[in-house]
Amino acid sequence: MATPTSPKLDHPTFAAVKAAFPSAKLRATEFRGQSTLIVEPGDAHAILAFLRDDAKTRYTFLSDVTGVDYLNYPTPMPGRFAVIYNLIAFDRDDRFFVKVFLDPSIPTNGTDEDPALYVDSVCDLWPGAEWTEREVFDMYGIRFRNHPDLRRILTWEAYPAHPLRKDYPLRGRGERESYKVVDRSTS
Amino acid sequence: MGIEAALPTDAFLTTQLRRVINWSRRSSIWPIPFATACCGIELMATACSRYDLARFGAEVMRFSPRQSDLLIVAGRVGIKMLPVLQRIYAQMTEPKWVISMGACASTGGIFDTYATVQGCDQFIPVDVYIPGCPPRPEQLIEGVMAIQRIIDEDGIPPSGPDGRRIPLGLSVLPNHPVAAQPVGVRVGS
Ligand code: SF4
Repeated sequence: MATPTSPKLDHPTFAAVKAAFPSAKLRATEFRGQSTLIVEPGDAHAILAFLRDDAKTRYTFLSDVTGVDYLNYPTPMPGRFAVIYNLIAFDRDDRFFVKVFLDPSIPTNGTDEDPALYVDSVCDLWPGAEWTEREVFDMYGIRFRNHPDLRRILTWEAYPAHPLRKDYPLRGRGERESYKVVDRSTS
Repeated sequence: MGIEAALPTDAFLTTQLRRVINWSRRSSIWPIPFATACCGIELMATACSRYDLARFGAEVMRFSPRQSDLLIVAGRVGIKMLPVLQRIYAQMTEPKWVISMGACASTGGIFDTYATVQGCDQFIPVDVYIPGCPPRPEQLIEGVMAIQRIIDEDGIPPSGPDGRRIPLGLSVLPNHPVAAQPVGVRVGS
């Protein structure tokens, strides 16, 4: 068992971002050597562009974009949903996470567009973000501004929910039962 | 075939045409492998040399539904996959049979989630269920042999009172002794 320790916020990228964005609201956390920077949704694109291009950070590779739904999470969180950018600087073998929290403004049990669940797409910085952002949109209903082709990627367009939201039942709402029955008289 | 040698020169044989048709059908069942998950690996093993499905005339896996008469559903059927499965089933020509191979194809197995259909038999007719996770090749062969026995008994088409074909709904149990677990391991010899 690891003993709980307080996060070591000594990753040099924290200081670099702080110096470059003195007025941005930033929070930092660390767990077992993996550092996470929590930024406001409006700042995310500028900070990610800085992390990619600045000579001291140079996170050239976006490994993944994922989402989290913190509904009923045991520890209080700054928001209901999170979008996590998983960055890698290959030349330093350095992995870094950037996290954005979002709070929905309309009930989350449907698929209606929620103006509060929006972040800027990073497809212009890393073209590889296209499909991972589509997956976050499909599973959590978080939309990405300026995304070239924001369609669902795993479920189909008319799927009536964003299935990885925690208020969506594990067994679905009858989608897996709603098919026509093919029998031997019709085929 | 050798039988001519035993017969006088101008002799002839009589049989029932239906018998001949059944014999040729049961000896050349062409399966279409709808292998969506790990059961598909076992299906491949069944077709390979150790278990050799060719001994039962069923080794010619057809990847076109129009050329096959046995649909083997081997693995999970996702909610996006079920319409595909139904379409493949509809494209097969009669006579046709369906084997639901493994726990997932028959019931959804351990995947009780929104994304997995809880048994393909809810939406297509299934003739033979093969339980197991995965079933052993022997058991799959037993399932193919069950289809052969159905053909031998003129099992096509088994129709209900309204003239529709009804699924057979057979279930094939393990036909091999289940060894005590864990099985001992040896290296060499
Ligand atoms: S029954 Fe078992 S082996 Fe077959 S597809 Fe399901 S999990 Fe895989």
